[in-house]
Amino acid sequence: MLRTDGLRLAYPGQMLVDGLSIEFQPGQVWAVLGRNGSGKSTLLHALAALRQPESGNVVLRNALVGTLPRRALARHIGVLLQEESREFWGSVRDYVLLGRYPHARSPFGWSVEDERIAEDEIKALHLGGFADRPFASLSGGERQRVRVAALFAQRPAVYLLDEPLQHLDLPHQVAVLDRLSIEARNGGAVVVMVLHDLLFAARYCNRFLLLFGDGRFSFGPADQALTAEHLGELYGFPLVPVEVGGDRLFLPGRQSGDMSHV
Amino acid sequence: MSRAAGIVVVSLIAAISVVTGLVCGSVHIPLAKLFSALVQPGGDAISDIVWKLRLPRVLAAFSCGALLALAGALMQVLLRNPLADPYVFGISGGAALGVMFGMLLGMGTFAQTGLGLAAAVLASALVFGLSLRAGNWNPYRLLLTGVVVAAGLNALLSLILVLAPQTAVKGMLYWLMGDLGYAGNPLPAFAVLALLIVVAMPFAPAMNVLALGRMKAQSLGVAVSGIELVLFGVAAVAAVTAVLIGGTVGFVGLIVPHLVRLMGYADHRWLLPGSVLVGGGFLTLADTIARSAWAPLQFPVGVLTALLGVPILLLLLAGKNKDAAH
Repeated sequence: MLRTDGLRLAYPGQMLVDGLSIEFQPGQVWAVLGRNGSGKSTLLHALAALRQPESGNVVLRNALVGTLPRRALARHIGVLLQEESREFWGSVRDYVLLGRYPHARSPFGWSVEDERIAEDEIKALHLGGFADRPFASLSGGERQRVRVAALFAQRPAVYLLDEPLQHLDLPHQVAVLDRLSIEARNGGAVVVMVLHDLLFAARYCNRFLLLFGDGRFSFGPADQALTAEHLGELYGFPLVPVEVGGDRLFLPGRQSGDMSHV
Repeated sequence: MSRAAGIVVVSLIAAISVVTGLVCGSVHIPLAKLFSALVQPGGDAISDIVWKLRLPRVLAAFSCGALLALAGALMQVLLRNPLADPYVFGISGGAALGVMFGMLLGMGTFAQTGLGLAAAVLASALVFGLSLRAGNWNPYRLLLTGVVVAAGLNALLSLILVLAPQTAVKGMLYWLMGDLGYAGNPLPAFAVLALLIVVAMPFAPAMNVLALGRMKAQSLGVAVSGIELVLFGVAAVAAVTAVLIGGTVGFVGLIVPHLVRLMGYADHRWLLPGSVLVGGGFLTLADTIARSAWAPLQFPVGVLTALLGVPILLLLLAGKNKDAAH
C-alpha cells in the first residue's frame, strides 16, 4: 500500500537514511526503532509528505505522495506527530471532529456521520466525561488521548504515529496498541509507529525498522530484526534477552559506571 | 444558549449600539425624530445632523471596529499567538508615520491618507520580506520581525512629534490614539469589509485545523501555504483600511476575538462573523461615549476602547478561571 524507492533523508552534516526501499503492506504493524536524532520522526514526515526527501520517492498505491492533493492524501494517511499543539481554543469534541476535516462534505457544518464517528472515538478513548470541556483544561495524558481519538476519527488506511504512547497511563497504552492491531489485522490498515518501548514493540509489532543514525538501516520480522546483537548495536548499549510467559523481552544490561556509550 | 441564538443576540446588540450612536451626541435626537429623518431626509437641521454628521461617523466607527476585529482574529490564528493583533506587521507604525509626515508638511487629508497607505504597505512588505528571506517559514520570526520594525517606526514617530510645531502635536496625538473625527464617506470601508468577509469565510473550517499548527494542518489535508498567504493578505488589507479610517485605534483587534471566544465561539465559522459584529458594535459604542459623555469636548476613541475593554476582558477571564477550577 505504501512504499519507498531509494529514499534518502539527511540533515546538513548528517545522513539519516540512505537508499531505503521498503514496502509497508496491509495488516502489518511496524515499529521504527533507533536512538534520539536517528531520523525516526524525519522518516515519518517524509512518508506523510510533510517533508521533501533529499532523493527517492514515497509511493501510495502507485501515486507519488508529493503529487496528491493534501485533502485526498489525508483521507488515506493519518499522522500523530510527536509534538502537537497544546493550545486549542475549543472543546474536546471540537478537537476530535477536526479529524473528520479531510472527509467533510460541506464547509458549513459536520454531517451526522462525522459527528457519530467522533462520538464513537470519544467513547473509545474514555473521553465521554469531558467531551464538552475545553481541550486546554485537560492533563497531558488526556490531551494525548484526544489527539489519538482525532486520528482514529480520521479513519486512514495508513497510520503513522510518532511515540503514540507518550504521557499515556498503562491501561491506555495497551488500549491504543490493541486498537491499532485491530485496525491492521481486521481493517487491513498499515501501522508504522516510532516506539521506545521494546516490550510493547515486541508484543504488538510484526515488522521492525531499525535506524542506526548514520544512513544505515535494517528491517524485517521479529526473528531477524529483534536480536540482542542488532538491538545492542542500535542503541549502543548491551541488551540481555529473557523469556517471560512466552514473551521475549530485552533487559538493559549492566555497564561500567562511565557514560561513554552516550 | 445555542450558537445561532447567540449570534442573533450579538447582532441585536450591534444594532442597538448603532442606534445609540445616532441618538447620542452634543445634540440629543429622540428616536421618533431620528426615524423620520432617516425615512424622509428633509432640509431641517436634525436631518442634516443625522445624514451629514452622525450616520457617516457611526458607520465609520462600525466598519473600523469590524475590520480591526476581523484582522485580529485572523492574525491570532495565523501566528498561533493569543497576543497577536492587527498591527503586528508594522502596519500601524507605517501608516502613522506616513500620515504624521503628511501632517508635518501640512498636506491635505487626501495626500496624508495616500502617504499613510504607501508607508503601511512598505512597512508590511519589509516585515514580510525580512521574515521570509530566511527561507523556512516560522510564525515566531514573523512576529519578532514585526515587533522590531514597529519599535523602529515608533522611534521615528517620536522624532516627528518632537519636530512638529506645538499646534499640530495635539491632532497628531489624537490620530495616534485613534480618532474617528476625520472619517469621511463610510461606503468604501464597508465595501472592503464585505469583500474581505467573502474571501475569508470559505477558509473558516481550514482555520480551525490551522490552529493545531502548520504540520498537523497539512497532515489533515489543509494546503497551508496558499491559505496562509490569502489570509495574511486579508488581515493586512483590513488593518490598513481600519487605520486609514480611524487612526491607530488600539485594543479592539486584540480583545474582541478573545471576547467572542470567551462567549463560546472558538469555531472560526462563528468566530469571524461574531468578531465583525462585536468589533463594530464595540467601537461604535466607545466612539459614542467618547464624543458625547463630555460634549462638546471630544476624546480620542482609543482611550475609551482601552478603558472599556480592559475591565470587560478581565471580568470574563476571571469568570473563565472559576469555571476551569471546578
